[in-house]
Amino acid sequence: MEKRGIAALLAALTILLALTGCGRSESSSDSAAGQGKVYYLNFKPEQKDQWEALAKEYTRQTGVKVNVVTAASGGYESTLKAEIAKSDPPTLFQVNGPVGLSTWKDYCYDLSDSEVYRQLKSEEFALEEDGQVLAVAYAIETYGLIYNKDILRRYCQLEGAVISDASQIQNFETLKAVAEDMQSRREELGIEGAFASSGMDSSSDWRFKTHLANIPLYYEYRDEGITSAAAVKGTYLENFRNIWDLYLNNSTVEPSLISSKTGDDAASEFALGEACFYQNGTWAYEQISGYEVADEDIGMLPIYIGVEGEEDQGLVTGSENYWCVNKKAAPQDIQATLDFLEWVITSDEGRQSLAQEMGFVTPFKTFGEEYTPDNPLVKAAEEYVQEGKTSIGWYFTTMPSDQWKNDLGAAMLEYAQGTGDWDKVKTAFVEGWASEYQARQ
Amino acid sequence: MKKTLKRWFPLFGLPTLAAFTVGFLVPFVVGLALSFCRFTTVSDARFVGLANYKSILGDGDFLHALWFTALFTLVSVVLINLLAFAVALPLTKGLRGTNLFRTVFFMPNLIGGIVLGYIWQLIFNGVLAMFGRTLTYSPVYGFWGLVILMCWQQVGYMMIIYIAGLQSIPGELYEAARIDGANPRQILFRITLPLSMPAITICTFLTLTNSFKLFDQNLALTAGQPSNKTQMLALNIYDTFYSRAGWEGVGQAKAVVFFVLVAGLALIQLYITRRREVQQ
Repeated sequence: MEKRGIAALLAALTILLALTGCGRSESSSDSAAGQGKVYYLNFKPEQKDQWEALAKEYTRQTGVKVNVVTAASGGYESTLKAEIAKSDPPTLFQVNGPVGLSTWKDYCYDLSDSEVYRQLKSEEFALEEDGQVLAVAYAIETYGLIYNKDILRRYCQLEGAVISDASQIQNFETLKAVAEDMQSRREELGIEGAFASSGMDSSSDWRFKTHLANIPLYYEYRDEGITSAAAVKGTYLENFRNIWDLYLNNSTVEPSLISSKTGDDAASEFALGEACFYQNGTWAYEQISGYEVADEDIGMLPIYIGVEGEEDQGLVTGSENYWCVNKKAAPQDIQATLDFLEWVITSDEGRQSLAQEMGFVTPFKTFGEEYTPDNPLVKAAEEYVQEGKTSIGWYFTTMPSDQWKNDLGAAMLEYAQGTGDWDKVKTAFVEGWASEYQARQ
Repeated sequence: MKKTLKRWFPLFGLPTLAAFTVGFLVPFVVGLALSFCRFTTVSDARFVGLANYKSILGDGDFLHALWFTALFTLVSVVLINLLAFAVALPLTKGLRGTNLFRTVFFMPNLIGGIVLGYIWQLIFNGVLAMFGRTLTYSPVYGFWGLVILMCWQQVGYMMIIYIAGLQSIPGELYEAARIDGANPRQILFRITLPLSMPAITICTFLTLTNSFKLFDQNLALTAGQPSNKTQMLALNIYDTFYSRAGWEGVGQAKAVVFFVLVAGLALIQLYITRRREVQQ
């Protein structure tokens, strides 16, 4: 009888071993080949399919296994935290800028000798610390005030319109006059409001608490001649208030209802021609094209906030997509990852996929004219650069923490719905910055 | 008998024990250790002593979340149990369509918390829009929104437990009471309630811990808006962990405090309600 007990114990152990063994068998067969493998934890769900196709193509050509995992929207940091602690961690991951890098710098391999760094058009697209290149941007994006040229044209033809052509909007004063006039004559124009809804739902609030707040931040940095700060003064917060008021009071919805409006709501209002202005960036093209607004009627204006000399202000261009190679991965995996990246930015398949299928503007020298994406917003961005306007950088990547952005967003929402005053926004912006900067430890 | 148990324990007991160790014991011990560390990932931690716990003390949002959660728990435990018992009583009296009603009341419980949160957000915002407001207008709205949502989800589940409890009360007791001339009120308070104590123990335990640990519904319905005023403890811990670089340890320390609170409350509640249970 005793034997039976042992047999049962063995059976139970076998089941356990089989269960735990399943997950492991795959990885051991990879490393048996002697060559490294690539594991890319992708940040952008919109490009999931393209990355997987590209990975498959690379494996077909070289035999090196490339595993692409895409984190759920908004869940990248938590996925990365979980994945990187595993025995088979991602070899390639992303950070969103200097603040994101501070969390992960211990995991970043020095890319100074890598092809992706050598091929950068400018060093400003890399993140460096202590002489080491820790992250390299791969997608350059631009945002501003997307507008419907057709509605603006129709407005200009109205009796007593304050401008006769869209190109006359060159400062906050004109923008405000146009938007307010448009709002009061929205029935004549057949629109719901001048601006698309400024939704403060979490799918949309980053357009304001992060992207819009970048404009006053840029002007303050410019005045001080700095590119990051331990504390800010909030010099241009009055301008910030003016543009926020303009968005709120000349919109498709009442300011008190914005917390229920999502990113999709705003995009559809613009796409269906219900609103003339819509603050967003080049990435929004997919979402707004193909409905009521023709591609040639989609344009982009700088976000004017009423600063002296803003006639020369351009659009807001930068990146929050930086590649990092995991320093703590196996050496052969690091090499495999560097080779993969080189292939992505130099091969025809890689460049084709990145530029045309994913629609990225990249900062690499290997991408010539022929790799400009077919996106009217990207073209608008290039026109501003060619006209010699001053681009604004993405300084929101230096905001001290997500907590800071959340607190600012909450204060902006309370101001909008009338339950808080502007002082709360000021406190969140200025004092919040100092305390969050300190809290980073 | 004992010998058989001993012989077969490895087959039936060990896998469960292993799962319990892997799924609960190890993470719990690691979690406890991590609350004294500064870390980015669980495999890369540095000991910092009580620093994380000190950071909690100065955190006003955490205190606010604690009070908000306590108030919410109090209100929802009372409401859910009253409603569930009130629904269970008529549904054990053999009314027509009893099964249909039981199913209908139970069904909300089959929907996940996040989905429920978004559905109710649409409903509340739709109603409030008539007054030009939304759920984020005031923390009072968020509070009652959460209470309604939790009642809707939990009443059906607790009702099932109460029904089972009520059905186990022997019919002779009711018969004897009626012969002795007891009125319905006396029957309810002298027989039904005391004999339902085991069900009440379970239901208060479940509602108490569920309300205290509420996360999904809170995240989906209000996400703490306005200005973290409707943020409950679990959401506060989550936000601490993810929204500041270097604050993972503080989030972990909060989670340990949270565990002690939930465990303490649950034990006190069990002690009180158990004492009132009677033998049939």
